[in-house]
Amino acid sequence: MAVAFDEMNIPGGDLRPAYQELARWLKETPPEALEYRRQEAELLFRRIGITFAVYGDSESTERLIPFDVIPRIMSAKEWAVLEKGLKQRVRALNMFLRDIYHGRDILRAEIVPDDLIFQNPVFRPEMNGQQVPHDVYVHIAGIDIVRVDAEDFIVLEDNARTPSGVSYMLENREIMMRLFPDLFARHKVAPVERYPDELLAALRSVAPQSASSEPTVALLTPGVYNSAYYEHSFLADKLGIELVEGRDLVVKNNEVFMRTTEGLKRVDVIYRRVDDDFLDPLTFRPDSVLGVPGLMSAYAAGNITLANAVGTGIADDKAIYSYMPDIVRFYLGEEPILKNVPTWRCREPKDLAYVLDNLSELVVKEVHGSGGYGMLIGPAATKATIEAFRDKLKREPEGFIAQPTLALSTCPTCTASGLAPRHVDLRPFVLTGSKSTTIVPGGLTRVALKEGSLVVNSSQGGGTKDTWILDE
Amino acid sequence: MLSRTAENLYWLARYVERAEYLARTIDATLRVTALPAAYIGKTNEWDSALLTAGVAASFYQAYEEANEHNVVEYLSFSQNNPSSIRNCIEAARLNSRSVRTALTSEMWDTINSAWIELQAVWSKGTSTREDLAKFLRFVQETSLRFDGSAYRTMLRNDAYWFSRMGVHLERADNTARILDVKYHVLLPEEEHVGGPLDFYQWSSILRSVSALTAYHWVYRETLKPWLIADLLILNDTLPRSLASCYGNLVRNLDQIGVAYGRQGPAQRHARGIRNRLEHSNMNDIFQHGVHEFIQEFIADNSRLGEIITKQYLI
Repeated sequence: MAVAFDEMNIPGGDLRPAYQELARWLKETPPEALEYRRQEAELLFRRIGITFAVYGDSESTERLIPFDVIPRIMSAKEWAVLEKGLKQRVRALNMFLRDIYHGRDILRAEIVPDDLIFQNPVFRPEMNGQQVPHDVYVHIAGIDIVRVDAEDFIVLEDNARTPSGVSYMLENREIMMRLFPDLFARHKVAPVERYPDELLAALRSVAPQSASSEPTVALLTPGVYNSAYYEHSFLADKLGIELVEGRDLVVKNNEVFMRTTEGLKRVDVIYRRVDDDFLDPLTFRPDSVLGVPGLMSAYAAGNITLANAVGTGIADDKAIYSYMPDIVRFYLGEEPILKNVPTWRCREPKDLAYVLDNLSELVVKEVHGSGGYGMLIGPAATKATIEAFRDKLKREPEGFIAQPTLALSTCPTCTASGLAPRHVDLRPFVLTGSKSTTIVPGGLTRVALKEGSLVVNSSQGGGTKDTWILDE
Repeated sequence: MLSRTAENLYWLARYVERAEYLARTIDATLRVTALPAAYIGKTNEWDSALLTAGVAASFYQAYEEANEHNVVEYLSFSQNNPSSIRNCIEAARLNSRSVRTALTSEMWDTINSAWIELQAVWSKGTSTREDLAKFLRFVQETSLRFDGSAYRTMLRNDAYWFSRMGVHLERADNTARILDVKYHVLLPEEEHVGGPLDFYQWSSILRSVSALTAYHWVYRETLKPWLIADLLILNDTLPRSLASCYGNLVRNLDQIGVAYGRQGPAQRHARGIRNRLEHSNMNDIFQHGVHEFIQEFIADNSRLGEIITKQYLI
């Protein structure tokens, strides 16, 4: 594997411009002072209760995501490119979804194969022909971006269902500003704090026609035991909307109400952080206790907006991912600004053969997986793991895609032996309302804390960093 | 507000109040049992502590003897006792987490910090008296901080009133339970054989509702059972008296009624109990029978809890 692109240091000893001030500050700051503030940050996180749960971990049900105090910095120029590319990508995702559940032009044009849609478990036939307000399907998108050089931004994954992590973007900044006021004084960092306002505006803008002029928005959570519960309560609080669970909602005459101390109150927009499968036991999984019986019929009647819409999983599916450049070209007639990682679709015999021959160099992912669960990182895996994976692949090739192992860019990070480069990615959050698509300058930078590791997922021991977009 | 949110706020406040009450009970019992036997007689004070906590039956399923070690363990740390202090704090934290949006950050910080301390410092219980004293102080301070931060930081709206209702309903129940267990030492002098040991029983009762000093300020008298009963039941200047709790409950329910533009059975029932307390004097109560009076009160009070639940919380 090639030496990774470092976001701060240029080979040869120079610094990239965006990091010059930080480097100067680091030189002036004794390591003890940095360590002291690192501990302070951890204490703050624990106090505020910013925790997440790791499934299948019985030891501790709540954990902190490690926070690295060294910010990840991007110049305004870099951000401008990224922002444009993200808006383009999300616009295409929304048009693709609208098309898939209506005219299906893209299938007729044979750009995406039919069976990839119709035999895909995340395709929702219930959504066929269903109007969604303003044709917005993906109101909140989290697009995972990686870099391998100074020029390009590469999309690693689109998250169009219920992307999480934005609370870390906001809290990381809060805590950094509290702990490092001096560092902020030396930079012009674009603020991120208007995200909740923009999210609320986007959600209100897509209220159904039958809503009053002051639509009621609520955030639907699976409850306190969900791994992202902290984020749900955090966002509901910042937006000033009710944090509801399935049992708080009831459907009557195809309208959705919440049970309040003053009786039933109509809800117009649900920012739902519950997966499709669990939304409505009458339509989807009958064993779901997280959902609201009848929600889908209220949805069909056009009396409630769900954000994101039902059935968006078909757009962020890893098998569909490989078609994204063509999808962008098809709907927008533009060249994609953000690149895709070259992807082998194991469902295609030629690709499968290549993948099987090169397992030790590739990353193989489950098409429907997320959170870094169930993937193979060839270069880091033992022979036995690779062989076991080979069997899985042969048994069910259509369940997998493979990509080259990318040398994700690195950022200086606090480690036990001082500052050292660690691999990072970036998840910016793209909001789409009835009129516009907006992105708060920043995002969640995830960092693989183990030396050499490329897995940044928090469920796999990754940490986070504050992400600074410099305002020039 | 969401019914579930109101319910969580109400129970959150009850759990915190209950934890404090248990801590006070243990504290008061420790003091009494530290006295030489001649001063406290033959009663098993640890057994009384279980009775006032309302957990005697479940305790004896797990333990043979009500002694300091077992009772402190059961009331403070037991996982098997649903209303042990530990479980109260755990439940309070869980409730807080589900209604974080309705709590101020100060309230959340209080509960979350207490929960963190419970795990970091007290996960193994206490091994010495000194430790136990520290633990009990920690619990009482948590409750004071919670109460104080609610008072100082919450908006005066339904969230606040539901939370206060939890406090007062729980508090009324606790005070009534002490009276229920100890009523026999409060009977008028002619009705029972008084002795020096009663003094310590009386001061212990007052201590468990933090009213020992208050007693002296109110009555400027030595401890007299009649007056103790008056203080705990009828004196509405004492925050833990039944009268005061009901004054507050009626006020909170009225505020909710006004805000929602509607009154209901909860308001009527609470007013009924308050009126009864207002129009009673100790003479009548003793004549009616203190024990009966208290038992009726406990039943009425828990009935109010049910009515509130039905009217607002589900």
